Amino acid sequence: MVKKIFFQLIFFNLFFLKEVFAAESGGMPQLNPEFWISQIFWLTLTFGVLYIVLSKLILPKISANLELRKSQIQENIEAAEKQRESSEAKLKEYDDIISKSKLEANNIFKEARENVIKEINVKKETLDKQIDEEVKKVEQEINLLKKGASEKINKIAIVTTSELLVKLIGTEVNNSSISAIVDDLSKRNGDKYYGD
Amino acid sequence: MAANPMTQFEVYRIGPEIKVGSFDISFTNASLFMIISSLAILIIFNLGSKKNSLLPNKIQLLAELSYTFVSKMISDTAGSKGKPYFSFIFSLFMFVLFSNMFGMIPYTFTVTSHIIVTFVLAAFIFIGVTVIGFIKHGLGYLKLFVPSGVPIVLLPLIIIIEIISYLSRPISLSVRLFANMMAGHTMMKVFGGFVISLGIVGGWLPLSFSVALTGLEILVAFLQAYVFAILTCIYLNDALNLHH
Repeated sequence: MVKKIFFQLIFFNLFFLKEVFAAESGGMPQLNPEFWISQIFWLTLTFGVLYIVLSKLILPKISANLELRKSQIQENIEAAEKQRESSEAKLKEYDDIISKSKLEANNIFKEARENVIKEINVKKETLDKQIDEEVKKVEQEINLLKKGASEKINKIAIVTTSELLVKLIGTEVNNSSISAIVDDLSKRNGDKYYGD
Repeated sequence: MAANPMTQFEVYRIGPEIKVGSFDISFTNASLFMIISSLAILIIFNLGSKKNSLLPNKIQLLAELSYTFVSKMISDTAGSKGKPYFSFIFSLFMFVLFSNMFGMIPYTFTVTSHIIVTFVLAAFIFIGVTVIGFIKHGLGYLKLFVPSGVPIVLLPLIIIIEIISYLSRPISLSVRLFANMMAGHTMMKVFGGFVISLGIVGGWLPLSFSVALTGLEILVAFLQAYVFAILTCIYLNDALNLHH
């Protein structure tokens, strides 16, 4: 209700300005020209001062601050970019060094292995030769022993056989006949007893 | 109703009557709030521009965000040619915004709810823009009233309409701001009055309305300042970049 009346008032006031001035107390104070000049004066003064101070003192500072920050950030970004590049280059260098040293290490290792293998081979060969020589010597000795052994065994066999025969029969048998039998036996079965 | 909702818009003298010739330029509550708004702007932006740290503090951030906001507004509407008028548009936007916002505090006076204030601002903008237009383009500025691609038959009518619309700019600009502020504040006052008159039983509904309206009015306060500034930019654009 009150609101309705109020809005009606506004509309009437807008359309009948004269009435507003007449009924000033109930109308819009905005349309009362009493303080218009004062308002215009103070508006001009305050807004003028505001404009001058803002445009001459404050806004240039803010603008400069913003520019400075922009350039600083730009510089920082550039510096960071440079550092990144240098660190990348260093990383590459490092990688190169590592791969080179790896290769070198490999080479050294290979060389060392080859050397060792060569040495081993040489030593092995000499050792093999020595062993072969010794084996030959030993084989010769064995062969000598083998040859000697069969004669000695034959002699022992002859002596023991003659002694056994003396004890068994009581008569001495001719050694030459026993040796003939032993020789015959050893020739037939020699392979069985001594191998080759 | 206890109080007339229009009494909040009344201007009264503070201190003695000052007269220059036959003009009364007494210090009033309107003058007081103009000074308060201007001072608040100057203090805040002075604090916001004092130090320059790479990582801005809150008040510096506020100042710098406002700066870039207005700067972007101008470059979006008027292009790079609008740059010399940045300070004026910035002052205008801030003055209207702070006046509107100070008006939102209870028992304060809203400077921009007075048609004379908004009209002076709008008239100044109108005259300024017109002068800039004639300086930049000479008589060619009158081409503004002759849109291209209009049939000859319609041209007289269009020119008349264009001229009327151009001349009504200061009125529409000033009345828009003034009416918005006045209507909003009156509404709030009316609802506030309802809270009292309906008492503890029925007063809750208008109270909640009042709370909602306060939020709305703060939005309107910002929006109208923005609209005022951006329309100024658009008018400036017409004067600077004549392309019709």
